[in-house]
Amino acid sequence: MKGMTIIVKKTTQLIAGMIFMYGIYVIAHGHLTPGGGFAGGVIIAGAFILVTLAFGSDFFKLLKKEMGTTIVESLATIIVVLIGSAGFLFGTNVFFNNFLPKGIVGNLVSAGTLPLYNIFVGMEVAASIFIIFLSLIIFKEESPK
Amino acid sequence: MNPLIPLFVVTPLAATFLIMIVGRFVKEFNKYYTSLTLLFLVVMSFWCLIHTGGNVFVYKVGGWQPVNKIPIGIYMVLDGFSAIVVCIINLIGFLVTIYSISYIKRYTSENYFYALFCLMIAGMNGVVLSGDLFNIFVFLEISVISAYSLVAFGVEKNELEASFKYQVLGSIASFLILFGIGFIYWKTKTLNIADIKAAFSTGYDKSFYIFTQLLILCGFGLKAAIIPFHAWLPDAHSSAPSPISAMLSGVFIKAVGIYVIIRLFFNMFVITESMAILITTLGTLSMVIGVFLAIGQWDIKRLLAYHSISQMGYVILSVGIGMILVSRGVRQEVAALAIAGGIFHLINHAAFKGLLFLNAGAIEYTIGTRNLKEMGGLAKSMPATSATSFVASMSISGIPPFNGFFSKLIIIIAAIMARFYLLAALAVIVSIITLASFLKFQRYAFYDKSEKNKIQKAKEVPYPMIFSMIVLSIICLLLSLLVLPVVRDAVLTPAIDILMDPLKYSSQIIGL
Amino acid sequence: MITYVLCFILFLVGMYGVITMRNLVKIAISLSIMEFSTFLFFALLGYIDGGVAPIVNPADPNKIYVDPLPQALVLTAIVIGLATTALLMAVIIRLYRKYGTFDIREIKNLRG
Repeated sequence: MKGMTIIVKKTTQLIAGMIFMYGIYVIAHGHLTPGGGFAGGVIIAGAFILVTLAFGSDFFKLLKKEMGTTIVESLATIIVVLIGSAGFLFGTNVFFNNFLPKGIVGNLVSAGTLPLYNIFVGMEVAASIFIIFLSLIIFKEESPK
Repeated sequence: MNPLIPLFVVTPLAATFLIMIVGRFVKEFNKYYTSLTLLFLVVMSFWCLIHTGGNVFVYKVGGWQPVNKIPIGIYMVLDGFSAIVVCIINLIGFLVTIYSISYIKRYTSENYFYALFCLMIAGMNGVVLSGDLFNIFVFLEISVISAYSLVAFGVEKNELEASFKYQVLGSIASFLILFGIGFIYWKTKTLNIADIKAAFSTGYDKSFYIFTQLLILCGFGLKAAIIPFHAWLPDAHSSAPSPISAMLSGVFIKAVGIYVIIRLFFNMFVITESMAILITTLGTLSMVIGVFLAIGQWDIKRLLAYHSISQMGYVILSVGIGMILVSRGVRQEVAALAIAGGIFHLINHAAFKGLLFLNAGAIEYTIGTRNLKEMGGLAKSMPATSATSFVASMSISGIPPFNGFFSKLIIIIAAIMARFYLLAALAVIVSIITLASFLKFQRYAFYDKSEKNKIQKAKEVPYPMIFSMIVLSIICLLLSLLVLPVVRDAVLTPAIDILMDPLKYSSQIIGL
Repeated sequence: MITYVLCFILFLVGMYGVITMRNLVKIAISLSIMEFSTFLFFALLGYIDGGVAPIVNPADPNKIYVDPLPQALVLTAIVIGLATTALLMAVIIRLYRKYGTFDIREIKNLRG
């Protein structure tokens, strides 16, 4: 499918980076303010979907993007399971144990393993929502006209 | 023992995503890795069954200890009843994986099949092992979403329509369950099953209580295909690929439907007589209407799907009789016998219905049709399939010495001892009609002498499929040993004790 | 009390849509309305009179907080609802390719 007009393309080039940064802010402050992994992941996926809609699918190679995104999603879930099991192996015999040192309440680097969980869950949610969008586009492109 | 409980959920979940990455690059990785994972789970579940006995093992996720005797955090509980259902899930899952090594070659994208299958096993293990009400909902959704995708796996017209019907009805059920969980949280301010039992024992508001019980019964009853909510089952179970039909009909409607109803109604709600009579009535209706709808079918898998509704009616009937006797507070040993018959029939049905669906898949693999009028005389060309199909048909009809006879006998004896003579007579009549229906299946599929063109090309199915079918038929014969007193005390009695004693479950969890 | 009754009425509106509508996409939208009414009911459960949002401020700690547990549950349930709706939409698109129509009265291949 072709892209949109040049006004939409220029506005997207300006805005998409800021949406991405806002998503990272929501993920990183997940233990201090509302948000966390899920909501931040959806915002990051929104940035990617905006770029794909504005520039059209003739611009990207969609199948390579689909393979890369699936690998990112599966890798992020495996790392979440590994962090959960690391509490099992190194600390006491408890899964999902919070074994890193907790800092002072209110700092950015505090609360043990919670920021790590937020980051990887955010990556995984962003990848899955982008995969849902991509699979609908690829299906429409491959269907006989 | 305690820290090994989450391994049942974590191992298949990690296997799903490993298969999705590595399976793209290494060609044969997905089949062998799934089989190895499920073999490890089978060994661990049998070890848990032997070592559990009458104890209740509790694992607190994240290590959050209770504060002022109030449980915060999510609990995972393994007791006698959970151990039995975990064994069923993993054993039938392992045999279905071996079967699908050669069956799934017909479809493209095998990678996604094994990944979704492991995710469904992880979800079902999570439902069975959880001691927290919202955790049941989350794992229920995980397993049910993978079941929707697996029903629509070969994207033809029939499968997509069946999956759409299943999705709409299943979503309505999930929202009813979520509404029910909201009501329970509103009144008791806690989500732990043992703690809710303690809160309900002190006092409750009567009209709200009946409304909540009805919401939970309708929601989980739709997942278990009890009779007013059965409309999705014939389409979904007949259009899915055959290993998935065996998994859905043999394990899924038990692990996320009947197990949760039994667990919540015995261990969480205080049983009232009106609700027990309602559940017994629904079980009787399922039993009778299911078998009458099954007689006139000419498609093999639709016939087997309707018989699933009827056999699940048996389980709910006997559990309902146990509930009526417990709520009246008299004749506890008859109630124990009724519940034992129900759980024994649950185990048996998983074995023989899985075997029947695998046989139907083998017939479809060689001949390519599912219509009974186009088959005939397969006993000479497919000896293993016809022998195992004979074993399974005799089991489901209740012929000694196979396992179906003993479990139906216990249910009928319990109904007579509790003085419900009409229910016992209906159970006997339904069993006779089931025998008639399966004799028709055997005759038209295997023993009718006819010369049709497709039958000349029939030969035996590949070795992995034969292996699964023979192992399941040996299990059908071995399960009839569960009626002996030694084996029964090791396996069935701990489950009945946990369910019937009103204080044992909650005191052992909150006290820890 | 009136807010809980309104949530239930929204649930019934959604269920009326699922039962009556003939277009496949409208059935999916009615399912979404049903699930959103459930989330609203859940989030309203935790309200305590005079409470503020449950974010701990180390400067002045002594306040009455609203119950944070239903909010976490609703967040999880929203993500689950998203996955269910996405799967339903994918099946609807493929149904349109196979049958050529969105009308539910034409799609009755499986009977009996």
